[in-house]
Amino acid sequence: MRVVVDLNRCQGYAQCAFLAPDVFEMHGEEALLYKPRPDEAFREEVARAVAACPVQAILVDRLDEAVTAGEASDAR
Amino acid sequence: MPADGYLERLKRDGRIVVVGASLAGLRAAETLRTEGFAGTLTMVGDEPYEPYDRPPLSKGVLLGRTTPDHTALPRRTALEADWRLGTAATGLDMAAKRVRLADGEEVEYDRLLITTGVRARPWPHEGEAGLDGVFVLRTRDDATALHKRLVDGPRRVLVIGAGFTGSEIASACRERDIPVTVAERGAAPLVGALGGVVGAVAAELQREHGVDLRTGVMVTGLEGDSAGRVRAAHLSDGSSVEPDIVVVALGATRNTEWLAGSGLGAGPRGIACDAGCRAFDIRGIVTDDIFVAGDVARSPHPLFGYQFLSLEHWGNAVSQAETAAHNMLCASVDRRPHMWVPAFWSSQFGVNIKSVGVPSMGTELLISQGSLAERRFVGVYGYQDRVIGAVTFDQARWLPFYEHLIETTAPFPPSFPTVDRRPEGARSVPAEFPDPSVPTHGPTVTLSGYSPADRRMTFTPGRH
Ligand SMILES: Cc1cc2nc3c(=O)[nH]c(=O)nc-3n(C[C@H](O)[C@H](O)[C@H](O)COP(=O)(O)OP(=O)(O)OC[C@H]3O[C@@H](n4cnc5c(N)ncnc54)[C@H](O)[C@@H]3O)c2cc1C
Ligand code: SF4
Repeated sequence: MRVVVDLNRCQGYAQCAFLAPDVFEMHGEEALLYKPRPDEAFREEVARAVAACPVQAILVDRLDEAVTAGEASDAR
Repeated sequence: MPADGYLERLKRDGRIVVVGASLAGLRAAETLRTEGFAGTLTMVGDEPYEPYDRPPLSKGVLLGRTTPDHTALPRRTALEADWRLGTAATGLDMAAKRVRLADGEEVEYDRLLITTGVRARPWPHEGEAGLDGVFVLRTRDDATALHKRLVDGPRRVLVIGAGFTGSEIASACRERDIPVTVAERGAAPLVGALGGVVGAVAAELQREHGVDLRTGVMVTGLEGDSAGRVRAAHLSDGSSVEPDIVVVALGATRNTEWLAGSGLGAGPRGIACDAGCRAFDIRGIVTDDIFVAGDVARSPHPLFGYQFLSLEHWGNAVSQAETAAHNMLCASVDRRPHMWVPAFWSSQFGVNIKSVGVPSMGTELLISQGSLAERRFVGVYGYQDRVIGAVTFDQARWLPFYEHLIETTAPFPPSFPTVDRRPEGARSVPAEFPDPSVPTHGPTVTLSGYSPADRRMTFTPGRH
């Protein structure tokens, strides 16, 4: 799955790092580092983080549609 | 022909071409589809990859937390686009409404969106730039190549230019315990974007983390060994450094060459557009079928005296792309202006640095919360007695408040008491920006005057 965080919005409250520690981690006091392509297995964890983020900064691709193969060379 | 009839047909079976398939191009395409565009959508991109995110390339990727091929951007909606990836646009015929592609094909459009962004400014001496071990960092391929060499455990990395990208690269090297020298011709890192007072804090941060920081110097030449690998760099103060990797971080050049001779108002400073993202032609007349967004655009901003602003900012690309896409499908009365307040983030040496507004327009700086010495503060920039920008070091949660002050042109210095105000926040000091006519290391905000045409300007690239 794919994730991007709008780090202009993010205020470093770390709810995501608490709820999905395999994907989001704090780097220093308030900078956020995250895995932009976590394993599909973490989808539920990430969904909880998305819901908990107080500023709705986390964007995830939609579950029901994988990018169609052949659309782009990287579509795996 | 009633305009709404035309728009209806455009939405139903028109042809929209997006040139530049990155952040702005993708977000615009998604907006076109969610706003009901059902016609043919062509996405032209010269990179062979689907749209990916660049900020991780100088952060998580170099730290090994993720890989360059894992940065593809999430899709919010199905695009059903005709993707022409790995194919550059090479020309534009405005009269025939056609984009020429590198493979010789031509694509016709009813509406065109240009989001060709910028590219890294290479080391100016071609022979030296071609030495093995000399890198720039803008693309996925750049990041792959650089990361591979960092993993090999270089003896020393030399970063030329201490803007945001250069500083982030240096930070990643130190975190990997790689010896690193940073050469910056300004007085401190980040001076172009944040001024000398805040730059001094960035300099302390670098030195504390073991960076060999050399300021006020230029790299005058790179030297290779007999096998063509870089082995030394000579500096203007007569000293030299012996790196086996050199990263050139001297800012960016706008990707507008493909528009040369097209009649569009495109040049080294970008493509001028109005507040509604419509491109100007070289006569200064606004077009009605060509739109621009993202790093390649320069657009007038009401909060900053309607000067044209070029912003190399992630958030600007997103916001301007959404506005452009919306306006592409609208009658004039329903169009929206792009009024985004500039905002930027960077993380380096464990500190989260964020800014809003245009700090580089500021002449005065007030530390309104926290303290420079603790590297935890809010700095407010003033210009002609109003608040024009703000920066935070590990104080991001206060930023929306300052954004509001900028939006409402609040007076500077701010008259209210603030949480955690220290003695140093009692009065403002000069913000210490270098002379803007001397580009240092590619500032990420460029003010480019009032003229939509780009003909009269002479461009002085950041010579080092
Ligand atoms: C290493 C790095 C770190 C960054 N970190 C931050 C950060 O921390 N915070 C922040 O706010 N911003 C950051 N940015 C800036 C941010 O990534 C950009 O603002 C954003 O990518 C702009 O998107 P864009 O779509 O306008 O342009 P770009 O991402 O530059 O995309 C333009 C695309 O068009 C393609 N193209 C060019 N010419 C042609 C042509 N003739 N035909 C076809 N295709 C063409 C290019 O190859 C490219 O793929 C960073 C950028 C880099 C490189
Ligand atoms: S929960 Fe949201 S605001 Fe908090 S750190 Fe995560 S992304 Fe940022």
